[in-house]
Amino acid sequence: MGLENFGRVSFTAEAKAADFVTYLEQGKVMATRCRKCGTKYFPPKVDCPKCLLSDVDWIEIKGSGRLNTYTVVNYGPSGFEDDTPYTLAIVDFRDIRTFGRLSKDIKENDIQIGMRLKVVPVKLPDDRISYEFQKAD
Amino acid sequence: MGDVAVIGTGQSVFSRKCGVSVRELCFEAFQEAMEGLDITKDNIDASIIGSAPEYDKQRTPSGLISEYLELTPKPTFYVESVCSSSSTGLRVAWSLIKAGLHKVVAVIGFQKMSELTSREAAERMGRGGDIIWDSPLGITMPAGYAMYARAHMAKYGTTEEQLAKVRVKSAHYGISNPKAYYRKELSVEDVLGSQVITSPLKLFDCCANADGSSCIIVASEDIATRVAKIPIWIAGVGAATDTMTMAGRKSLTNLSCAVEAAKQAYGMAGLGPEDIDVAEVHDCFTISEIMAYEDLGFAEFGEGARLIDEEQTYIGGKIPVNVDGGLLSKGHPIGATGGSQIRTIVRQLRGEASEAQVKDARIGLVHNIGGIGQYGNVTILRR
Repeated sequence: MGLENFGRVSFTAEAKAADFVTYLEQGKVMATRCRKCGTKYFPPKVDCPKCLLSDVDWIEIKGSGRLNTYTVVNYGPSGFEDDTPYTLAIVDFRDIRTFGRLSKDIKENDIQIGMRLKVVPVKLPDDRISYEFQKAD
Repeated sequence: MGDVAVIGTGQSVFSRKCGVSVRELCFEAFQEAMEGLDITKDNIDASIIGSAPEYDKQRTPSGLISEYLELTPKPTFYVESVCSSSSTGLRVAWSLIKAGLHKVVAVIGFQKMSELTSREAAERMGRGGDIIWDSPLGITMPAGYAMYARAHMAKYGTTEEQLAKVRVKSAHYGISNPKAYYRKELSVEDVLGSQVITSPLKLFDCCANADGSSCIIVASEDIATRVAKIPIWIAGVGAATDTMTMAGRKSLTNLSCAVEAAKQAYGMAGLGPEDIDVAEVHDCFTISEIMAYEDLGFAEFGEGARLIDEEQTYIGGKIPVNVDGGLLSKGHPIGATGGSQIRTIVRQLRGEASEAQVKDARIGLVHNIGGIGQYGNVTILRR
């Protein structure tokens, strides 16, 4: 499976890193780690320019992260008109910074910088798949 | 090796719908830039054209614009760093002249955004992010800067009212700029009460899409001193990048590419922030101007909002910034913006900005950013 069903609108299908979507289907949000130098990559990439190698492990982003910043988008681009409002956010896990959407279950008034969030795969309408940040337990 | 000077600058009126073709739009800027120079189009050795792709249908626009301005058979080519394309063009022109390959180079930036709807334009800008990882989640240009704004507010206590004050200043100066699109006074209440686009940014925190063109004529020292009444010298050029992906950003409270570009430009010029008499910064959003104050060293990190509170960036203050109304009032025809900023500083340093002149300005700075802080360009000019 490629990237054609990833996110609300996808713009390309093929990538060596498309395994990310396969992992989403399995319930996991993954980053990659270069087997030689140990650099962690999110968004995931399978090529390490430092080592000039394409040899990575896929590692799951587990546990809770901290909300670094966010914005509630009221005006969406073409293709996203019916999606607004949606909340984009940066969430910092232990040593991996991630970008994604906040779950619509979190009300705008409850959003606080520093709040603990987990990242989980979500099914979207039209057989699409993505991930989102939800309140950590 | 001789110095390199800006000998002419021009821009079209920036508008929401220009009603003319791209080539005709570029002519307007070219016409103003060439005015008063002791050279003709035949003395231009090469042209560099900059814009962001996919707003109009013309592919490889450099050849077309070169033909229309009758610069053929001289070489022409296209450079792109989205909103900072024309600063990138200036950087390339500087190096071509420094290398001795050419003596006079025209840098032309343009954008005709009105051929698309606002949502289509937003989609193009969204694809200015990473199309695999960020665009599918709905990133937009304002959303990226809104996340910087929220982070700046959380870390430093910057307020929405302080952001609004940036727009109030912009509107104040925009009124007297005949090339600006937005020319009305705005109050803090007007800004705070405008529709929320992407929290915490509201309509008046955002610059408008626009149609427009700009042109900078750059020349070697021997030509410049001969053909221009007041050549304006390029004292320092700096350029840097940050990641395309939002997750890759190390800082979310300042633009690292601007900090690095400023360091290079100051270093080359042998100057510091305290030496700058007037500055043009890339205020695509109000937060962008606050961060620019800090990234350029006009204020310490976290102290940017105080400058606007104290009105230090108005004429008469410590460092006047965007006294042409900035992107917020002029509008932001992506590829043309950097050239328009250069034009403003050149006019200031020549003492020609009668509508809003900073007294005795001798050294000016241009800060031009591409994308959501992806491409940083800082240029220092001196009389």
